[in-house]
Amino acid sequence: MSPTKPVEELDRVAIRFAGDSGDGMQVIGTKFTESTALAGNDLSTFPDFPAEIRAPAGTLAGVSGFQVHFAGERIRTPADEPDVLVALNPAALLANVEDVRPGGMVIVNSDAFTAKNMERAGYAEDPRPALRDRFRLVEVPLTSLNREALRDLKIGTRDADRSKNFFALGMMYWLYGRPVESTERWLRGRFKGDVLEANLRVLKAGIHFGETTEAFPISFTVPRAKIQPGHYRNITGNTALAWGILAAGKRFDRSVFLGAYPITPASDVLHELARYRHFGIRTFQAEDEIAAASATIGAAFAGELSVCTTSGPGFVLKQEALGLAVMTELPLVVVDIQRAGPSTGLPTKTEQADLLLALYGRNSDSPMPVLAAATPGDCFYTMIEAFELAVKYMTPVAVLSDGYLANSAEPWQIPDVEALAQGALEQRTDPEGFHPYERDPDTLARPWATPGTPGLEHRIGGLETEETTGNVSYDPHNHARMVALRAEKIARIAQDIPPVETDGADRGRLLVVGWGGTYGAITSAVEEARADGLDVSAIHLRHLNPFPANLGEVLKSFEHVLVAELNSGQLWRLLRAEFLVDAQALTKVEGLPFKVSEIRGAIDSILEGEA
Amino acid sequence: MAAAAKMTRKDFISSQDVRWCPGCGDYSILSNVQKVMPELGVPRENVVFVSGIGCSSRFPYYMNTYGFHTIHGRAPAFATGIKLARPALSVWVVTGDGDGLSIGGNHLLHTIRRNLNLQILLFNNRVYGLTKGQFSPTSRPGMTTKSTPQGGIDYPVDPIAFALGAGATFVARAIDVDASHLQEVLHRAHAHLGTAFVEILQNCPVYNDDEWVEVENRKTRTDASLVLKDGEPLVFGTDERRRGIRIENGVPSIVPLGDEDPVTAGIAVHREDHESPAYAFALASLSRPNFPLPIGVFRAVEKPTYETLLQRQVDEALAKRGPGDLGALLRSGDTWTVDS
Repeated sequence: MSPTKPVEELDRVAIRFAGDSGDGMQVIGTKFTESTALAGNDLSTFPDFPAEIRAPAGTLAGVSGFQVHFAGERIRTPADEPDVLVALNPAALLANVEDVRPGGMVIVNSDAFTAKNMERAGYAEDPRPALRDRFRLVEVPLTSLNREALRDLKIGTRDADRSKNFFALGMMYWLYGRPVESTERWLRGRFKGDVLEANLRVLKAGIHFGETTEAFPISFTVPRAKIQPGHYRNITGNTALAWGILAAGKRFDRSVFLGAYPITPASDVLHELARYRHFGIRTFQAEDEIAAASATIGAAFAGELSVCTTSGPGFVLKQEALGLAVMTELPLVVVDIQRAGPSTGLPTKTEQADLLLALYGRNSDSPMPVLAAATPGDCFYTMIEAFELAVKYMTPVAVLSDGYLANSAEPWQIPDVEALAQGALEQRTDPEGFHPYERDPDTLARPWATPGTPGLEHRIGGLETEETTGNVSYDPHNHARMVALRAEKIARIAQDIPPVETDGADRGRLLVVGWGGTYGAITSAVEEARADGLDVSAIHLRHLNPFPANLGEVLKSFEHVLVAELNSGQLWRLLRAEFLVDAQALTKVEGLPFKVSEIRGAIDSILEGEA
Repeated sequence: MAAAAKMTRKDFISSQDVRWCPGCGDYSILSNVQKVMPELGVPRENVVFVSGIGCSSRFPYYMNTYGFHTIHGRAPAFATGIKLARPALSVWVVTGDGDGLSIGGNHLLHTIRRNLNLQILLFNNRVYGLTKGQFSPTSRPGMTTKSTPQGGIDYPVDPIAFALGAGATFVARAIDVDASHLQEVLHRAHAHLGTAFVEILQNCPVYNDDEWVEVENRKTRTDASLVLKDGEPLVFGTDERRRGIRIENGVPSIVPLGDEDPVTAGIAVHREDHESPAYAFALASLSRPNFPLPIGVFRAVEKPTYETLLQRQVDEALAKRGPGDLGALLRSGDTWTVDS
């Protein structure tokens, strides 16, 4: 054993792992995250990977990254700038190094800096000498150290090299004092024989290298965060969303149907739920997006809690079917995990630009409630609420998540699921006086009368329906009444949703308005600005249709309103149109989440000279 | 259920006025379906008719059962969701040549190949009726329509061959006005465990009148059609012009028979249950004017249904893992406790 090195305590650290898309960066990022959660830190992650499964090795196009931010205090974003970059090749360095905090640490695999690799990445000359002035450059011959650690094992060089991500992980475990056990346990469950032995061995070798190398004179520690007492786990947005669907089934004691077609970044929800046939959920991989929506609506007609999950291009294809669900007033949830577009766009990159599509993407007046999740863990509760509104108001409900929420992770307090259960849903069985479009006087919901129920035989369809009877009607006045009724029903949901809460003072200079996955960045920026003495508050909208009843009043209580969103100003347009408020827009369409500094910059520029 | 036994055709007639054109073949099909329904022994509340868009797709409104008039081409997908949610329901898809084979070709293909236990009735009149007379994917080449004033240049798709190509386990053809045969085929389709695909030749008196007159007309029917009967040779034609179909290397030809015994003359004997669909494809290739048009069941084979296989997975998962425990799932993997 080498003599123990000194340990320095840090408040927070952000590390970015970067390498080829086949280098296993997402795996070690996830393992580092799990270990960090067990170490008791608050954390937030940001996986960022290309759409290609294996882009040409060593090129910029193939770089895959995973950023993890952890702290001994409450944090809400993956951090604007990583403090540490681990780059497995020149391309990973080139793609990421300009993001690193000035003076931060850059760890590179020096074995990968051959003339050929540097050329392939696009470096005209060796970048390392110039970097030494700006960063603390640590050069580790990862490939050769990794091979050395496996010398007496009977595996080929190619297999040996594939494990070098775990050498890098071990090194980072040592550097930040992370527990290794959860990763070892995971490896044992995942691999066997020589591959298991190799991965376990290089993970240890990485730790030992950290202990002994002079390149790391000290190691670091981040104290446990003071978070609310309870039982916690790590969760990504897509996992939370999938479990939220299971939770809705439990809440209403009803079997669940999921119709889906593979699409990035929504497929994980289908994968997750396909494993749980014993939970009373039937997953159906349809032949296309339209069939997925159609089968889901069919299952809703037949009485299941029904949901379809997709992303932008698939959400477009579903709109005609969703119009039918609006017309036939059937309860179901459609989830759009938004990605950058238009068209195929940037399939693995995040954006919030489907809001107007969710609201207005169908032919004619076709109102549908729209909810948006704010954080990865919040996807769980958003799904439950969406199902609640769907069955109470007999309507399809749109839920918007995004690529960032889908793949990012945060610690999540595990809820008491027994407390979620509400008992079985009431359903119409009495044939006496039954009319398919008779409405509940409060909610305007029509009865959910499902096939198999004697005496309630009826027909529904896409043709305009006569009020109450549900028969086909071409009467102009009936059509006008039905359009108004469908709109009024959705508007009445506002009576069921809580008033929006203001983070900060109820009135003042500036209100920052956000929705969906930008919650972390906006909240961090606003808190930081208030700590610096600025008069700024924030609201974050979960309900995009209808809006909370008090929204207009809140907006009018501030001199300035800033709407921050990852599109070209969609909510901004809605708020101006709806409330005649002279809001300003902060938009970003780079396929990346907001940085805290970008929001802070906009706050400062509005309040500049007014202090 | 006692009530089901007492039901008659009238119990399946809805209160809505039927609004097809006078003389439309759909009237006959509706009437025959309403006649067959009480004979199936399925309680009315367990019957669901699902349709897309087009003249044929108004069908559910006229049936006093559960019904869903959906969107263009997608009825098989809606029916799939209904059937997967409630496998005990008797689900009938009603579609047309445009709805089922043009805009909805993809769903028809995949629904058939999954072999859900449902019935698909495709009314084929070889024209778009509701949109007022454009050519359809089954229209004869060269057909002059509003959208093909110089004649159609599309090669058509044959519904029977399409269904066979999709791996259908039950494929049949019937005629709108041949009541007894249509009823027999509907009974067979319902009895079949799996997707039953039935093409019903249907006359559109407004936009494509007399398209099927040769096989609808009692006088010409015997020579123009070949009635398929399981176990019997492929023989057609009136006594003096009695002929048979021989199939060699998958290619059919007509053999004059006179008094000769069909089997010794090498005439094919109809079998619905060939494991290979090749024989049924050969039958599907028989078309007017060179051959008689086959009517009846082309193919009927057994294969586990999609919903049976799905239920098997549910049962296996339950047997292996017990009923899902959400609380345990949420606490699975690495978790930690923060103390106060």
